[in-house]
Amino acid sequence: MLDAFGQPQSLVVLGGTSDIAGEVVRTLAQRRCRTVVLAGRDRDGLDRSADAARAAGAERVVTVVFDASDVGGAARAVDDCFDAAGSVDMVLLAVGMLSHQRDELDVERTREIVSTTYAWPAGALTRVAARMSEQGYGRIVVLSSVAAVRVRRANFVYASAKAGLDAFSIGLGEALRGSGVAVQIVRPGFVRSKMTAGLPDAPLATTPEAVARAIAAGLESGAPVVWVPGVLRWVFGVLRLVPQALWRRLPG
Amino acid sequence: MPERTLLCGWGRTAPTRACVLAPEVADDVQRALAHADARGTVARGLGRSYGDAAQCAGGVVLDMRSLAGIGDVDQVTGEVDVGAGASLDSLVRATLPSGWFLPVTPGTRQVTVGGAIAADVHGKNHHVDGSFAQHVAGMTLATPTGLRRIGPSSDPELFWATAGGMGLTGVVTEARVQMLRVETDQMLVDTDRFVDLDGVMAAMEHGDADYRYSVAWVDCTAALGARRSGHTGRAVLTRARHAARDDLPPPDRHRAPSPPPSTWLRAPRRVPPHLLHTLSIAAFNEAWYRRAPRHRTTELQSMWRFFHPLDGVADWNHLYGPRGFLQYQFAVGPGEGAVVAAVISELADRRIPSFLAVLKRFGPSAPGPLSFPVPGWTLALDMPIGPPALRACLDGLDEAVAAAGGRVYLAKDARLRPELLDTMYPRIGELRTVRRRVDPEGVLRSDLSRRLGLDRGLDRGLDRGLDRVGD
Repeated sequence: MLDAFGQPQSLVVLGGTSDIAGEVVRTLAQRRCRTVVLAGRDRDGLDRSADAARAAGAERVVTVVFDASDVGGAARAVDDCFDAAGSVDMVLLAVGMLSHQRDELDVERTREIVSTTYAWPAGALTRVAARMSEQGYGRIVVLSSVAAVRVRRANFVYASAKAGLDAFSIGLGEALRGSGVAVQIVRPGFVRSKMTAGLPDAPLATTPEAVARAIAAGLESGAPVVWVPGVLRWVFGVLRLVPQALWRRLPG
Repeated sequence: MPERTLLCGWGRTAPTRACVLAPEVADDVQRALAHADARGTVARGLGRSYGDAAQCAGGVVLDMRSLAGIGDVDQVTGEVDVGAGASLDSLVRATLPSGWFLPVTPGTRQVTVGGAIAADVHGKNHHVDGSFAQHVAGMTLATPTGLRRIGPSSDPELFWATAGGMGLTGVVTEARVQMLRVETDQMLVDTDRFVDLDGVMAAMEHGDADYRYSVAWVDCTAALGARRSGHTGRAVLTRARHAARDDLPPPDRHRAPSPPPSTWLRAPRRVPPHLLHTLSIAAFNEAWYRRAPRHRTTELQSMWRFFHPLDGVADWNHLYGPRGFLQYQFAVGPGEGAVVAAVISELADRRIPSFLAVLKRFGPSAPGPLSFPVPGWTLALDMPIGPPALRACLDGLDEAVAAAGGRVYLAKDARLRPELLDTMYPRIGELRTVRRRVDPEGVLRSDLSRRLGLDRGLDRGLDRGLDRVGD
């Protein structure tokens, strides 16, 4: 169950091998979390993440393999996770695939990114919402990005998919009002991680540890949207209004 | 599926949704238990438990308020048969005019008799009279294996496991309560102010035995420079006994005791998130302290002002805003007064504001394995959710309390680390044994029992069905 500080005892991570997911698991396992289900594509990576979760204090760790390009399989993957966990206090959705300029105008690549970053997560969240409504409670934490707030040329395929997921999550949170299930959207800026390895730092770059801390604090405050670092809320409040001609010329 | 309702405790944290049924007779309760599904069932009264004790996410919650019948008081023995859903408020309204008062009353009359048994509540007279269940001569308990009539000498294991058992042994449908004979509705109150914690604790140790009721309020705030000026730990001690007829001014002597006034104020449903915060709490504590006289004896006060000052304001828990609040209440042994001092100074050092910390000495324990009071000290603190340091700070206080052989009060808890439960309640195995006997299918459960692992060891039940929530 969730305690008065919103801290979970059981956690399902969709996208369980990402650096941010690993830090979230570590942070929450050091608190109350004893049951962790890690779902992802890469079995070896999941096993490594599972070892880390146990080291942090989780007692029961289960791994589930799924393929995020198989959109039709999203509900089944979610069911597998819930069935393995028993009752699920929190789901972290951290599935996504970053695009690069070389991906532009490649139909197959675009399909893969959109599927992984938007279509599969949307299907999975729909099933998560149903399972949690049945339970009568739960927290859904969706990893979005500031890229979703204002799409940039450099990664617009990914950013547009995140924008879709972000909007979907806002709507889902509204639909779940009064159900005992709450949705929290996390919008980090540039995070130094495996996914961004080799890219130059953007201004106000952050780390997976900082994102995990912000998520844990967000569980406590119940904030519907968490920005990391927090100042990005105000930065993007301005940037989303900047004319496209200027936005195009901004660095980062 | 029947309509489901979002429920939370008095602290308004961690709401969950359940199907709420409102039984009207004991047989309805029995039927609900017989048809319960795997998500479980728990009874709920007036929702005054601070945490998640009267919630059952995805399951069935029995709203007991309709089983509220109150019989006639036996004018010789003082015993009265009461429906479990009757509030202490309605009970005392019915019995006081003929001179019978509640044997034990917590800080509010707005709890049900069933809830008072399930939490085995205590009052300002614990050091003399013990806890609520010690004044229950018998009760009817609906269990998944049948309706049982139990008492301290008939199935005492089940009776005492139910006293403080947080509703996990069955659903109380009726109880026979032993009331207390009083002559008036007035109290004779002695009030003393102390500049520090040592002073008030010494006074309580030496003087409590002379009073039926004793409680101290301690200033735990550190803001407004209180810490620097040494205000942390200053206290107001109030002790009282029931006034006899002859203690009243002559014109009042032949008046029948009158029931409590009704609520005169309702707190607004929406308040700014930080209304009760460091500064306002410090100001309140300052005013409370200043208002009290240094030393005053035998002041006549109405029972209602003495026992239930907050009952005048309905829904005062909403004043803490949307994020809600916690009450942290622990008990430690008589030689562990240092833990009380350490807790107060830790909160002050971390600048965690607390409203009205209440300090009291407990007398001997009731026989129940989960009954909270143990001989020694208890301190209760109300704290708004919000200060970032609060979560980790309370975890640290738990460790200190457990290390001193103490425990936290489950009726208040919303955040204890489950691993500490067996240390704090070493007789918890007795509850499990009783539950296996009367509830072999593991029907009775709550958010609290799930959160604290109270269902562990009842394996047929544990998370059975949770594995297939979507079916």
